[in-house]
Amino acid sequence: MITEQIKTIAVETLVQEVTSLKQTEYDLVAITCTYDEMLELSYSFEKEQEFLHLRLVIDRGTQLASISQLYAYAFLYENEIKELFDVKITGITIDFENQLYQIAEKTPFITNKEES
Amino acid sequence: MGKRTIIPFGPQHPVLPEPIHLDLVLEDETVVGAIPRIGYIHRGLEKLVEKKDFQQYTYVAERICGICSFMHGMGYCMTIEKIMQIEVPARAEFLRTIWAELSRMHSHLLWLGLTADAFGFESLFMHTWRLREKVLDIFEETTGGRVIFSVCDIGGVKKDIDDNMLAKIVTVLTELEQELKTLTDVFLHDSSVKHRTCGVGVLSKQAAVALGAVGPTARGSGVAKDMRTYGYAAYSKLDFTPIIEQQGDAYARMKVRIGEVFQAARLIKAAINLIPEGPINVRYKGNPTGEAFLRIEQPRGTVLYYVKGNGTKFLTRFRARTPTFANVPALLETLKGSSLADVPVLVLTIDPCISCTER
Amino acid sequence: MGYIKKSPWILHYDGSSCNGCDIEVLAALTPLYDVERFGIINTGNPKHADILLITGGINAQNISVVKQLYEQMARPKAVVAIGACAANGGIFAECYNIIGGVDKVIPVDIYVPGCAARPEAIIDGVVKALALLEQKGH
Repeated sequence: MITEQIKTIAVETLVQEVTSLKQTEYDLVAITCTYDEMLELSYSFEKEQEFLHLRLVIDRGTQLASISQLYAYAFLYENEIKELFDVKITGITIDFENQLYQIAEKTPFITNKEES
Repeated sequence: MGKRTIIPFGPQHPVLPEPIHLDLVLEDETVVGAIPRIGYIHRGLEKLVEKKDFQQYTYVAERICGICSFMHGMGYCMTIEKIMQIEVPARAEFLRTIWAELSRMHSHLLWLGLTADAFGFESLFMHTWRLREKVLDIFEETTGGRVIFSVCDIGGVKKDIDDNMLAKIVTVLTELEQELKTLTDVFLHDSSVKHRTCGVGVLSKQAAVALGAVGPTARGSGVAKDMRTYGYAAYSKLDFTPIIEQQGDAYARMKVRIGEVFQAARLIKAAINLIPEGPINVRYKGNPTGEAFLRIEQPRGTVLYYVKGNGTKFLTRFRARTPTFANVPALLETLKGSSLADVPVLVLTIDPCISCTER
Repeated sequence: MGYIKKSPWILHYDGSSCNGCDIEVLAALTPLYDVERFGIINTGNPKHADILLITGGINAQNISVVKQLYEQMARPKAVVAIGACAANGGIFAECYNIIGGVDKVIPVDIYVPGCAARPEAIIDGVVKALALLEQKGH
């Protein structure tokens, strides 16, 4: 049976939640960021046929802890989100310092919302 | 310990037609680290959902990548259908499966050719691409396009394949399988091919899981992950089990892909055998409201789509996490400890699609 | 300069294309179309190339790469922009990271239409570039 669930969590509990998923052998699938009125991040995990998304809703100033200590390959997603959406993620194991995509200007994911 | 040197690899280089840049950190001839710099093909097409409406966006989704084009269009349509709860007619599901598996054949043959080119076996490259053209001919006859088809639509497909053509596809595939057998025997048994692939770029099962590898890259290391087992489109009605190899080297990944070419041919034939009569699309009303995640299995591995609609014809957000993006950490890992001369083969071994990765 | 007219060497660069046109450029070299039988070679070295085939549009990251490739090529040289994206950005023209067609950065001689451009059209573009090379050579 394939199940899917979105679970909203608080910023402070992110690392704790992810740690418990790691301990119960979930795999990270992707980290997705959406900019609506607030920044909305979805950390997608899977375990066999279970598909789970941890949902965070934050504003731009919020500092977010990296989960790359737990899932090594999260560093790519985190660098991407940091660069394209200007999410303040700290402690990424391999931090490209906004130089992964080497985009010359800020993306409209960032600037559009600054104007409005 | 040798002296450390950094050799820039790319963006313009002879391995792939696509630009990617790696800073290779070398100690003498051994690679000790690799730092990727991407963005040469970054277009920012996810943001286009605000300028093209959700129906037009199908065409943009198809152009995320020209190799997995059909499956990107299909995945996008399936995500919208999931949000809008559109029930796709059975015949359309089968047609989608047929085109998707044909795409897998063409993509894997393309990769086999490029790999042969990378290890300097030019005639093998040419023969693989000669056979690949037969798959492209089927595309052209059924859709009108060779690489980008625009046949998948929200609610179904735009074109039907009639019985004569279905029968012809079976005939062509049967001939193709025989010719492919001769060719893949070279890939699997030729000593020079083995020399370049066996034991090269080993990715253990633990590493594949720990680095989040997907697709043939993971399956070559014994990870039995394949979204087709979840039975989307018509896969639930076909007898499908993923192809897995244990060794985790470049040879194992090649073997998985070769197996999948033949498996795709079998799946297409089975689908043609079972395809029901009926309509090929349904009408739907309104605009998507809400969000959905969806995963399908592309030639390169699992792709994840995310769509968020707001009730207007323009979506709030579209995102695609493509298989190559997920395989980059595994690539960086396999590069470590390899010799400089093996870098081209290793870069190719994950079947990189930069256009997908950077969007 | 008759020898140029017969067998130009080609340099292919993928700007920010979706791969569709790129694989068609490669397909033009392989057995069904087989331009290699005329001695046309796809080279990786810009200094060896007579014709530059570019697919995809221009973005901030590849401006310097494209310019550099073009400048390294020996004269006479021709540039063929392949597909809608190379002409004006195509379907991606409105994307935030696309500046426009190849002619924003280097002079383009031939535009090949299509999305994706067909191998026949690409070959046609190369043949037209040959005639141009001969003119430029004198």
